[in-house]
Amino acid sequence: MDRLQTAIAALHEVDRESSTYGVGSRVHPLARLIVCMGFLLTTVSFAPYDLAGLLSMSIYLFITGIWEEIPIRKSLSGLRYLFVPVCFLGLANLIYDKDVIYYLGSVPITGGMLSAFTLFGKGVFSIMAAFFLLRLIGMQGLCRALLRLGIPGGTVTVLLLTWRYLIVLLKEIRRMWQAYTLRAPGHRGIHTGAWGSFAGLLLLRSMDRAADVYHSMLLRGYDGTSIREGTESRAGTGISILYTIIWLGVFLLLRSIPLFHLVGSWLGGFM
Amino acid sequence: MERETENNKMAGRPEIRTEHLTFSYDGGKEVLSDLSFSVFRGECVGLIGENGAGKSTLLKILVGLLPGYQGRAEVGGLQVEKKYLRQIRTKAGYVFQDSESQLFLSTVYEDVAFGPRNYGLDEKEVDRRVMEALEQVHIEALKDRQIYRMSGGQKKLAAIATVLSMRPEAILLDEPSGALDPGNRRNLIRVIRELPGTKIVASHDLDLILDTCERTLLLGEGRLIKDGPTEEILTDEKLLSAHGLELPLSLIHRSR
Ligand SMILES: Nc1ncnc2c1ncn2[C@@H]1O[C@H](COP(=O)(O)OP(=O)(O)O)[C@@H](O)[C@H]1O
Ligand SMILES: [Mg+2]
Repeated sequence: MDRLQTAIAALHEVDRESSTYGVGSRVHPLARLIVCMGFLLTTVSFAPYDLAGLLSMSIYLFITGIWEEIPIRKSLSGLRYLFVPVCFLGLANLIYDKDVIYYLGSVPITGGMLSAFTLFGKGVFSIMAAFFLLRLIGMQGLCRALLRLGIPGGTVTVLLLTWRYLIVLLKEIRRMWQAYTLRAPGHRGIHTGAWGSFAGLLLLRSMDRAADVYHSMLLRGYDGTSIREGTESRAGTGISILYTIIWLGVFLLLRSIPLFHLVGSWLGGFM
Repeated sequence: MERETENNKMAGRPEIRTEHLTFSYDGGKEVLSDLSFSVFRGECVGLIGENGAGKSTLLKILVGLLPGYQGRAEVGGLQVEKKYLRQIRTKAGYVFQDSESQLFLSTVYEDVAFGPRNYGLDEKEVDRRVMEALEQVHIEALKDRQIYRMSGGQKKLAAIATVLSMRPEAILLDEPSGALDPGNRRNLIRVIRELPGTKIVASHDLDLILDTCERTLLLGEGRLIKDGPTEEILTDEKLLSAHGLELPLSLIHRSR
């Protein structure tokens, strides 16, 4: 159950106002959202065999990670459960596409392997980018940025509540699990016969709790439609526009010139 | 001019008032029946009754969480209805029974700042309000603490602070001492006594009521059974046991 506690902690971690304080905090959340969306679009648009091109996109993740002091390795291991389903995405390619494209030493590299890796890379990069965004601007900052982009208040509220519901649900699972295992010592996990009532009770209790959370938000003036300033008040217009233009420019460049190939052949020229 | 007359009216009026208040959830059986009472500015009133008596329901109606009641319910001179909700929610704050429901952000500071930020205050004013609220419940030191790492007692105080930062004129506490150990409970009693403004404390912890409220309302199955001085009601063993409650422990010790 400690793993559940870790997950709850991680979700809470994100549900806060921007966690950056340096120059980064002067970048408007909207700029971050736009750049992140640009990153996702570019990443997804790479051709299935263009692993090298895709890898060049990691520049964004590295620079953001270093600049904003996000522990990249720790994030990777924290997100690893999300990567599992992504692995399966590429599996079919591995089986059906067996044309050998080139040899790495004596190991044949098939199109399937390449496209499976590319797909996996796209998945991992997207998850990382989304996670970075959330860490940098927080769930609330994200919601405000979405409102500014013209997403309707109702939709944004649903997003926010789904997020909060997830936290409530995990906490409730943890609570009920503890109560259950205390009364059924010796059992590992929950007896199969008890699953139905456990799930039913869980649903009812977590929905009650989620309603309370929503009410608590309403009582404290949340109306889901107005754009309120949080840490945005610290943001600078100039730096935000510059940030957006530079990154979008970099993405465009990486997408249109095969950077890694160029570097490779350039290095190759010396060898 | 208009504000002047508004103030004058309010001075002579109770802070919280209900008249023939009747409520049922989704057309089911009546949970509150024909409830009439007033609470005046600065009073601390206990709301007692056994489980299911309707205490939480009453408090939630007063802060506008349960629309569709019959009769009247007023807070700060305003009828509890949709068009006044925003004003009413700055006048009266509700502290949930379960602090976990009330606290949904990561740190104490963030959560206490949530209300003031929603009301569009600038960060300087938000900061002032947060610090003031934390001081009122004596948890300034916990400002940057992660909420999920705090004890039940600390969470309760933080939950109260989230309401205080809205600077309400009245504060409604729902079973505030539930699930607290004796030490935290004593601390909570001290905090409640120090809180400014009008207070309603709903609880079946009668010792808590005895220590904090001068006046008590006894609810039984949604009806107002008795309204009077706390000492008088809480010493009436027959009345209490008829409504599923027991004499406060401290009074039992006193009489034996
Ligand atoms: N959301 C709800 N839907 C339907 N009935 C409810 C709901 N909440 C409470 N009740 C019922 O209303 C009555 C009063 O409940 P409540 O106000 O919570 O009492 P108390 O706080 O005094 O324990 C109880 O009979 C309870 O079952
Ligand atoms: Mg209750």
